[in-house]
Amino acid sequence: MKHNDLNIGMYKEDIMELYKNPENFGEIENATHKHTEYNSFCGDEVTITLLVEKDKVKDAKFSGSGCVISTVSSTLLTSKLRGMKISEVKRLTKNDMLKLFKVKINPARIKCVLLPLEAVRGTLK
Amino acid sequence: MKHKKDFPIFESQKGLVYLDSASTSQKPKQVIKSIVDSYETTNANIHRGIYDLSQKATKKYEDSKKIIAKFIKASEKEIIFTRSTTESINFLAYTLPSILSKEKDEIVLTEMEHHSNIVPWQQLAKRNNMRLKFIRVKDDFTLDLEDAKRKINEKTAIVSLMHVSNTFGTINPVKWIFNLAKKHNSITVLDAAQSVAHMKIDVRDLNCDFLTFSGHKIYAPMGIGVLYGRRDLLERLSPFNFGGDMIKSVTLEKSEWNTIPERFEAGTQNIEGAIALGEAIRYLEKIGITKIGKWEKDLIDYAAKELIKVKGIKIYLPRNHTGILSFNVEGLHSHDVASMLDDYNICIRAGHHCNMPLMKRFGITGTARASFALYNTKEDADKLILAINEVTRKLNNSSKRDQIKEIVRKVK
Repeated sequence: MKHNDLNIGMYKEDIMELYKNPENFGEIENATHKHTEYNSFCGDEVTITLLVEKDKVKDAKFSGSGCVISTVSSTLLTSKLRGMKISEVKRLTKNDMLKLFKVKINPARIKCVLLPLEAVRGTLK
Repeated sequence: MKHKKDFPIFESQKGLVYLDSASTSQKPKQVIKSIVDSYETTNANIHRGIYDLSQKATKKYEDSKKIIAKFIKASEKEIIFTRSTTESINFLAYTLPSILSKEKDEIVLTEMEHHSNIVPWQQLAKRNNMRLKFIRVKDDFTLDLEDAKRKINEKTAIVSLMHVSNTFGTINPVKWIFNLAKKHNSITVLDAAQSVAHMKIDVRDLNCDFLTFSGHKIYAPMGIGVLYGRRDLLERLSPFNFGGDMIKSVTLEKSEWNTIPERFEAGTQNIEGAIALGEAIRYLEKIGITKIGKWEKDLIDYAAKELIKVKGIKIYLPRNHTGILSFNVEGLHSHDVASMLDDYNICIRAGHHCNMPLMKRFGITGTARASFALYNTKEDADKLILAINEVTRKLNNSSKRDQIKEIVRKVK
């Protein structure tokens, strides 16, 4: 019954599982970095907290409310951040984010994928 | 009704379930043919050619105005072609001030207006030091008429509202509100963008001073819209755009304006669009607008009755409605619902629908909106119902913690 190539897999089972049970959800109490980013177009909101020690991300969490794509993107990104150097975090690109998904993201939803990255960039400003 | 075959898009896009006609409707072959005909047989500029071809084009353009005028029970002199509803409302927000009396400094809108019927008035209020008031929307998605009585008074210069809500499909009691507005000598403006394709409209019966709609939501091309204005008011309005064709005479010092409605149509118009809009209305009337409205409403009521059975579905449907079925799936953003339905080749609109204040009023970020047109069938409704059932099943399937740990581990 599926027709639209761009979307196939965007809502596959493991992505839906990650949405229902997000990892790294919450706020780090002794966070060194914190920023909230909004997408006023859809009402999504994501807060990123980081614990940075010796220029390395020791812990990363996210909170807020969002769609499947932005929530899953937040889980995947916070997982990736742990252990990364700040200089590496600063170099993360749109493509790095899209690669996290391993499925094609419909162009209309790329903003959702990028929202947590925007929040992370906000923490480093 | 069996009119899907009139719409070539369903031939080229097999299996397409198009439920976004409130955004823009598909076009029947009669309308597409009209555009091609214009370019192949009568393409010339109107109103200025001495030659026969120009006169043929002019006649088609003027005939289209006659069809439109008859359709909304107006006179052809009261029909102005614009680009869209948005442009028409901007036209009014710029031209109306010159005929408003000074002691009237309030503009009454409603909380359910589309941004296009809020933003131009906000700007007018800013420019002319006027105030905006909004008639409240009740929990049942209808206007609070007691609040309307409070807000419309002798200070009200303009009352502008939508005939049908583009989010909930609410049919507003326009006649009642405009009668109230007329008691206070206010100017009445009707945004008929979401009603004109679904119900009969009579501008005199509704007490409209101005009415506007977009062609593309009524089976006509994009880039053509209509502004109806009551003749005596149009006579008093200054032009909005200045240039060719809207003048009677020009000297290097000053110009004299043309008669109405040409005074308001400066420059070369969207001639083939105007002609095709007339053709779209001709097509619509052949089937019968009341019949179309009933067909669509039956489909919506059927879909709503089935969707309400699905666990976790919230439906936003007022008692008196047309064209639109808005809903949300608990636990999912409406954009996800729309993306997931896209997997089934079902097109719906999702999000705030250019109704951000209304979304705030109901404490939601958006809705999933299925909207129906004359080409939709029970099969389309059934496909929507089936897909929504599958979406909620996907959402409610039992979780597999180990699987998640594995996905997250792989990110590293």
